[in-house]
Amino acid sequence: MSFLELKDLKIHFPTDDGLVKSVDGLTFSLERGSTLGIVGESGSGKSVTSLGILGLHKGGHARISGEIWLDGEELVSASQEHVRGLRGKKMAMIFQDPLSAMHPYYTVGDQIVEAYRIHHSVSKKVARKHAIDMLGRVGIPEPGRRVDAYPHEFSGGMRQRAMIAMALSCDPELLIADEPTTALDVTVQAQILDLMRDLQREFNSALIIITHDLGVVAELSDDILVMYGGKCIEYGAAEDIFYRPEHPYTWGLLGSMPRLDRERTERLMPIKGSPPSLINIPPGCAFHPRCPYSDRTQGKADTEVPALLETEGGHLVRCHMPREERRSLWENEIKPMLETT
Amino acid sequence: MTTPNEPLLSVQDLQKYFPVTKGLLKRQVGAVKAVDGISFDVFKGETLGVVGESGCGKSTMGRLVTRLLEPTGGKVLFEGQDITHMSQGRLRPLRRDMQMIFQDPFSSLNPRHTVGAIVGAPFRIQGIKTEHGTKKAVQDILELVGLNPEHYNRYPHEFSGGQRQRIGIARTLALKPKMIIADEPVSALDVSIQAQVVNLLEDLQNELDLTYVVIAHDLSVVRHISDRVAVMYLGKLVELADRKDLYESPMHPYTNALMSAVPIPDPARRNDRERIRLQGDVPSPLSPPPACRFHTRCWKAQAICKVEEPPLVELATRHQVACHFPENVPQEAAEAVSA
Ligand SMILES: Nc1ncnc2c1ncn2[C@@H]1O[C@H](COP(=O)(O)OP(=O)(O)OP(=O)(O)O)[C@@H](O)[C@H]1O
Ligand SMILES: Nc1ncnc2c1ncn2[C@@H]1O[C@H](COP(=O)(O)OP(=O)(O)OP(=O)(O)O)[C@@H](O)[C@H]1O
Ligand code: SF4
Ligand code: SF4
Ligand SMILES: [Mg+2]
Ligand SMILES: [Mg+2]
Repeated sequence: MSFLELKDLKIHFPTDDGLVKSVDGLTFSLERGSTLGIVGESGSGKSVTSLGILGLHKGGHARISGEIWLDGEELVSASQEHVRGLRGKKMAMIFQDPLSAMHPYYTVGDQIVEAYRIHHSVSKKVARKHAIDMLGRVGIPEPGRRVDAYPHEFSGGMRQRAMIAMALSCDPELLIADEPTTALDVTVQAQILDLMRDLQREFNSALIIITHDLGVVAELSDDILVMYGGKCIEYGAAEDIFYRPEHPYTWGLLGSMPRLDRERTERLMPIKGSPPSLINIPPGCAFHPRCPYSDRTQGKADTEVPALLETEGGHLVRCHMPREERRSLWENEIKPMLETT
Repeated sequence: MTTPNEPLLSVQDLQKYFPVTKGLLKRQVGAVKAVDGISFDVFKGETLGVVGESGCGKSTMGRLVTRLLEPTGGKVLFEGQDITHMSQGRLRPLRRDMQMIFQDPFSSLNPRHTVGAIVGAPFRIQGIKTEHGTKKAVQDILELVGLNPEHYNRYPHEFSGGQRQRIGIARTLALKPKMIIADEPVSALDVSIQAQVVNLLEDLQNELDLTYVVIAHDLSVVRHISDRVAVMYLGKLVELADRKDLYESPMHPYTNALMSAVPIPDPARRNDRERIRLQGDVPSPLSPPPACRFHTRCWKAQAICKVEEPPLVELATRHQVACHFPENVPQEAAEAVSA
């Protein structure tokens, strides 16, 4: 069994407007020392998944089913108290907006000390020393002085570093970073991505990085999971997703994105329409109203939900189109279009 | 009237200082030099992209040239006419020619007004009569931006983000502007929707012969859409060049650093890229570093950079840069600089 395994995880929210199927049958696994990138557009269920793994939907109105195995322990059926005890040491999270995750009235140092002492019975003095070490490790200048600063006294980049220091202070075995750099400038983003890469190597933790930026996932991930409408629609090694993607939605994402590392294309190839509402997920393949190939699936596109099937060597695709047809479309039509025009 | 070689928009040594006040009496204790002496021209039919990190003054620049803000110093000329301190009354006819698109498609549309009222407002405000009535004119514009004309009576909340941005664009097109300043027009949108809006902006430019200034922090989007690109750092223009020159041979160290920081969507290249890693964050515009403002983060900085501000000079054809030790400089120009 892998270090982390999700089996058919479902997280649904009953609302006045109907049932929101935010996560609808997610299965994947992750080993220690590896990085999984989760990409998808706004509302595809990325954050709900990460909060779900951390057990943060427990006790709320969410309907959760399926299994989450972390280091041999099942968490969906575990009590709220038990899962809370795992947070910090076993698993930790870096949020997009550090201000919302940090307490404004406590110094950065006190917040790290607090988190550290939940899992380590050490004196305040020792914990403070550890906090200063951690701040130094993530590249905060003059950590001995900055440890007594309040979050609002830090710049955006420094806050994000402090948040990473806090998340890493107990050496978590699983680290989930939800859009860790979206709010940052590109030069600061590059610093933070370097930092996360280095720290992960050093701690050998399992890392999940969630983002809508394909550039960011390519920089960090071993494996990539593409989400659409609460489901995984394609999963594979980073090379599978970037060099031989087979799902029309993944093609659309790649075609929508102008790239600095290629010749400039005359025209972008957007996906028509917009992402679905999770209350009214289109029947059959959720992507069919936007898919240019929906007529190639023997009338199944809007009637039957395609299964997530292996195409080759751990590369999974959720699409009714026959595999040969997908591959030839990619090789002969999509790939040449992305590379030239 | 402009002749072909005369710029549609000309910005000369433009400045905006925001006073910083303290205490109940609002005593002025300093100033944020949000835009601090920038000059550039925009020619008819072209797209000028403006990039730079958060707080470098991009939006302020956009609001100055459209006169949503009053400049502290410098000049703004539109079609050769000095509009720097023109009264709102006299500006009114010019407002038709120069429109602004904002980043946030959610907050820039009044939620209580229908799409028809929003897109039709400019006609009413400017008191313009259209041949077949305002409704028809509005429906034509909705169609132009790819919205269903039958959505005339719907409200903004019934639309997705990308559709709302289209409504915002439709509103700016109502009065057939000559120039559009778009401030982060796609950054709040999903990737797939970004591409739709980028394509729409390009189509409209071709169809209506528009001139654009597109402000964005995303270097890939800016390369895609621009003919020329300006790079800002802490209120200053540090580099200005044709797109190809800027992206293929950037001269300013900051531009080089910006480009190498962009994550590349190619897993094979993650370890073999030459990267320039800048230290620290952008300094506060309240107390920007003296002389070259980039010297606190620049790996090429020398003593002179801390005492003498490098002027913006043309070191290659149509390629201006403000740096004492620029990169990628053609030989003759390099000799001229060091002389
Ligand atoms: N507590 C909740 N109650 C009801 N619906 C919810 C709740 N939390 C999330 N949702 C819905 O679940 C869907 C998925 O949300 P999620 O936050 O996971 O999206 P995301 O992929 O992280 O998007 P983004 O890129 O915008 O962060 C959304 O439609 C959201 O409105
Ligand atoms: N009305 C104002 N009063 C005081 N300071 C202001 C005002 N508007 C902007 N500033 C300051 O001027 C500087 C430039 O701001 P501006 O919004 O132009 O930056 P920007 O380049 O558009 O940044 P972003 O990419 O974050 O939108 C910032 O430091 C900002 O805080
Ligand atoms: S199943 Fe059909 S509609 Fe869905 S992605 Fe595949 S081809 Fe498109
Ligand atoms: S002038 Fe000096 S400090 Fe400024 S960018 Fe050039 S080399 Fe760097
Ligand atoms: Mg999210
Ligand atoms: Mg701005």
